[in-house]
Amino acid sequence: MTLLIGSLTIGLILALLALGIFIGFKIFNFPDITAEGSVTFGAAIAASLIASGASPLAATVVAFAGGLLAGTVTGLLHTKFNINGLLSGILVMTALYSVNLHVMGKSNVPLLNETTLITDFEKTSRFLFSSDGLLSLGGWKVPAGDLAVLCCVFLLVAVVAFLLFLFFRTNLGTAMRATGNNDQMIRAMGVNTRTMIVLGLALSNGLIALSGAFLAQYQGFADVQMGIGMLVWGLASVIIGEALIAKSSTGFLIIGAIMGSVIFRLLVAIALRWGMNPNDLKLITAVFVFIALILPALLTKIRIGRANSKTA
Amino acid sequence: MIEISDFSITFGKGTSNEVKALDKVSLTINDGSFVVVLGTNGSGKSTLLNGLAGNFFPDTGTVLLDGINITRWLEHKRASLIGRVFQNPFSGTAPDMSIAENLALAARRGQTRGFGPALHRSNRKLFYERIRTLNMGLEERLDNPIGKLSGGQRQALTLLMATWQMPRLLLLDEHTAALDPKTAAKVIQLTADIIYRDHLTTLMVTHSMQQAVALGDRLIMMHNGRVAFDFSGAEKKRLKAGDLLNLFDDLRRTELIDASVATMLERNYV
Repeated sequence: MTLLIGSLTIGLILALLALGIFIGFKIFNFPDITAEGSVTFGAAIAASLIASGASPLAATVVAFAGGLLAGTVTGLLHTKFNINGLLSGILVMTALYSVNLHVMGKSNVPLLNETTLITDFEKTSRFLFSSDGLLSLGGWKVPAGDLAVLCCVFLLVAVVAFLLFLFFRTNLGTAMRATGNNDQMIRAMGVNTRTMIVLGLALSNGLIALSGAFLAQYQGFADVQMGIGMLVWGLASVIIGEALIAKSSTGFLIIGAIMGSVIFRLLVAIALRWGMNPNDLKLITAVFVFIALILPALLTKIRIGRANSKTA
Repeated sequence: MIEISDFSITFGKGTSNEVKALDKVSLTINDGSFVVVLGTNGSGKSTLLNGLAGNFFPDTGTVLLDGINITRWLEHKRASLIGRVFQNPFSGTAPDMSIAENLALAARRGQTRGFGPALHRSNRKLFYERIRTLNMGLEERLDNPIGKLSGGQRQALTLLMATWQMPRLLLLDEHTAALDPKTAAKVIQLTADIIYRDHLTTLMVTHSMQQAVALGDRLIMMHNGRVAFDFSGAEKKRLKAGDLLNLFDDLRRTELIDASVATMLERNYV
């Protein structure tokens, strides 16, 4: 049960990452690899600031701002210097590796005895469940603190998702969506598509860094390697969500990305529990995303093939 | 009023494929004038429209729109003054977004876009009323993705979108070429209705002699990056489809002479 709650919490924290990746890949159709650097960037900023005594809230906000900055740089490389989108992301991601080491001063910053937003969330259990010991949940003994963290993270993700949903319905947000959907059309409507891409990538990486900041606080450390494979992770979440929801409106896709992230984390937890070698995790994730990407086309092909063999 | 002077655009400059798409074109178009642009393939008519819209900058020359020099304005900045309908029905609308959202995007052409909601009750009602005038039944499908509509429906909506904020210049680039004849006729009727109602200054490229004869108060025919013929007023009114075809033949014949003269010169002197 503790494992389940832990998986759900991490799934929700990584849902912020999935939302960021959703913006890049689904809204803008932009292969933004910055994510792998900006998730660590967020974690590094938050952990270093908290370790040096800053308030956890301020540290998290600064981490978000750091992500905004990273995304802006990628966007400017792409739009101002006409560098291929994939390459812009790779450049910023690579540069961020050094930046992250500088921010942390070493390759790993522990947060074991620090007050973080997560420990603050834990304390709300007294208010939420009037207990800070063990709770009985359907016969299972559950630490009330863990449950409180889960509830708070859920609330946080719900608020972020709702704000994002509202944002994509504003004039600015609709113009951003149109930029990804048909840039020729939206330029003819007087929108500077370059500005839209920069703003969108900033927002995307801001969310990804925010996810990193919460992840560091939840797992109690930031590590310079923690970004590796995060992009594929986020993509897997978005793809699972899309398949589950089977609707293309922005609101549903946002909910889908969150659900996808949580479900994917649960699947991973179950697989690990069954004895999967953790070293295989990234390989299996990559294979999974590969299958998810080719599956729709493959299914249509099979369907057409069948229809043809019937008529023949 | 649009004043185009010495407008030249060269593609592939400095390469063996160098093409002079527009060669010192000068053209003054009065306010409210509806100009039909004809021309052979590769004559530069689409380049002229794209050049005016800001897709690429000219090598030389200037464009003044109502006295404002827009020669170096980027495409999105010009869009505040210029409405466009493209040849491809897929180009003018965002397919995954709803009809209402597309119109909302168009309704803010050239205006700032902030955190106000894109759709609200009052503009939805306005969209409903205007789309109903198209008589296509689309007003009941405001929330459907526009990509689900037929080419003709999309082109009609694009036209509505391009003219929602009254443009100082409307550019139509063979906007009925991809449609079946019946739908094309309907879209052309709608085009004429809107242009004459709002007295829009318009440049319309077409390949249809019928449209060229029936519409507009001025006709220019382009050839090899230049304006070969320019008819307006009574002269334009008298033009028949047959006259236009004869003009095309004339142009083709001069081209043949050019080519044969070139080979002759080559034979004699090279």
